[in-house]
Amino acid sequence: MRRVAITGLGAISALGRNVAEFWNSLEQGCSGIAPMELVDRGMLRFQNGAEVKNYESSGYFEEKQADYIDRFAQFALIAAREAIRDSGIELDREARESAAIVTGSCVGGQSSEDAAFVELYQLGRPRVHPLTIARTMANAGASHISMEFGITGPAFTISTACSSSSHAIGQAFWMVRGGVTDLAIAGGSEAVFSMGILKAWEAMRVVSPDTCRPFSKDRSGMILGEGGAMLVLEPLEKALARGARIHGEIVGFGMSADASHITQPSVEGAGRAIRSALRDGGMAPERVGYINAHGTATQVNDVTETAAIREVFGAHAGRLAVSSTKSMHGHALGAAGAIEAIATILALRNGVLPPTAGFRQADPQCDLDIIPNQARHAQPEYAVSNSFAFGGLNAVLAFRKF
Amino acid sequence: MPQQLTQRVLSVIAATQRISPETVTIDKSFQELGIDSMDGINILFALENEFDITIPDEQAKQIRSIREMVEGIEKLVSATSAAKAQGQ
Repeated sequence: MRRVAITGLGAISALGRNVAEFWNSLEQGCSGIAPMELVDRGMLRFQNGAEVKNYESSGYFEEKQADYIDRFAQFALIAAREAIRDSGIELDREARESAAIVTGSCVGGQSSEDAAFVELYQLGRPRVHPLTIARTMANAGASHISMEFGITGPAFTISTACSSSSHAIGQAFWMVRGGVTDLAIAGGSEAVFSMGILKAWEAMRVVSPDTCRPFSKDRSGMILGEGGAMLVLEPLEKALARGARIHGEIVGFGMSADASHITQPSVEGAGRAIRSALRDGGMAPERVGYINAHGTATQVNDVTETAAIREVFGAHAGRLAVSSTKSMHGHALGAAGAIEAIATILALRNGVLPPTAGFRQADPQCDLDIIPNQARHAQPEYAVSNSFAFGGLNAVLAFRKF
Repeated sequence: MPQQLTQRVLSVIAATQRISPETVTIDKSFQELGIDSMDGINILFALENEFDITIPDEQAKQIRSIREMVEGIEKLVSATSAAKAQGQ
C-alpha cells in the first residue's frame, strides 16, 4: 500500500478567507464567534454563530455563475481553488481524467430550499425558482469543482451529519493509498445560516446562548459555524518526485456506527472508531501526541468523548494533548471534519497545538489536558482528529508529521 | 396545582411518548416512562404548542421529573396569561 501525502490545503471559515488567516487565528486562540448577521436574531433564542463575515460571492464568482451555486457549494469551490493552487499540481489531461473528488456536507444547499419554501408557503407564490434543486443537492460542491477544473474521474458526496467530511477525506485517502487514483481533492463545506435550519437547531436545545466552551464545566452547548475546507492528496512518492511541498501524511482512517441512539453519543462507538483509525495506520496508541477533539461543548459529547479517549489510550490519555478548535471556528457540521483535519495537519507541521478557547473551569468529567486558551509549542509525530455524528456514525482520521 | 392543567400536561406526555394515558401519572420518573433526553425535548415542544408558551433552555435543563415539568408549565402559563392581561 502506498503512503499518502497532503500536498494542498484550502479553507474558508469564520477564521478567515484562506489557510494563512485560519492558522493565524488558531495560533492566537482568536475566536470567530460573534452575533449572527445573516439572519434576524430577534426570532431566535441563541444569538451567536461562526459566520464567514461580510462574504460576498462577487469577490469569487461572476454574477451568473453565483446564481447557480448555493453558498455551501461556493465555499467548497473557494476551498478547492486554494488547495489546488497550494499543491502546485499541474492538472494535465491524464490528471484530470483520473483525479477523484470526494466532498462531505450535512445540509447541502438547504438554505436555497428554505428560501424557495418561503416563496411557496409564506408569500403564497405558486412557483419556486427552477434552480432550487440544482442549488440544494448535497453533491453540488463536488459537481462544481469537477466542472471548474475539468476533472472527470470518480466524484461523489458523503452525508453523515457532523462526520461527513471526515468520511469524505477517509474515502479519498483509501482510494489514493490503494492505487485507485493518484490525485484526490477531498473535504467538505456547509452553510447553515438560514432561519428554517437555525430554528430546527434551536428546537434541539443544544445551541449555546453564550459561546462555545468545550470541556469547560460551565459549557452551555455548541455554536453553529459555516465554511469549506479541502485537501489535495497524492501518493507520497509521486508528490516527492514532482518536488511538491508536503504538509503531512494521512496514515489511518477508522469508522464505526454506535447502533444505539439517533442523537445520544456512545463511548463504545466513539472508542471503536478511534481504535480502528490507529489500527488502520499501524500506530501504537502511545505514539499519538495530539487529538483534535470533536469537542462540541454539549454536556454529553464532551463527557462521552473524554471517556472514549480514556478507554482507548489508557494511562497515555493523561499524557497527550487534546483541544477543540470548534471553540474558534464553531461547529461547521459537514465541513467540521475537513476544517479540523487542516487544523491538525498544521499543528503537526508547525509544532504548535491550537488551544481550546473560551475555557474557564475544569470539569472532573473531562479531565484531559485540553490546552486551555493558549496555543502550545510541541512536536508530536502523530495526531488524530475525531468526528462523531448525530445518528451515531463516527469517523476518525490519523495524521503524521512529515 | 390545578387538576385540569396537570391532566393536560400528562396527556401531552402520553401522546408524545405514544403510550396509554393511564400509565402517565405525576409521580412517575422519566426512566419509568422510557423518556430519554431527545424524548424530553419532543415533549417540551409539544407542551409549548399545547399551552402557547415558550420554555427557555435554562428552565428546560432543570426539569428532572414529571412533577417538575407540570410545576414549570404552570408557572409559565400563569406568567404568560398575566402578561397578556396587562396587554403586553
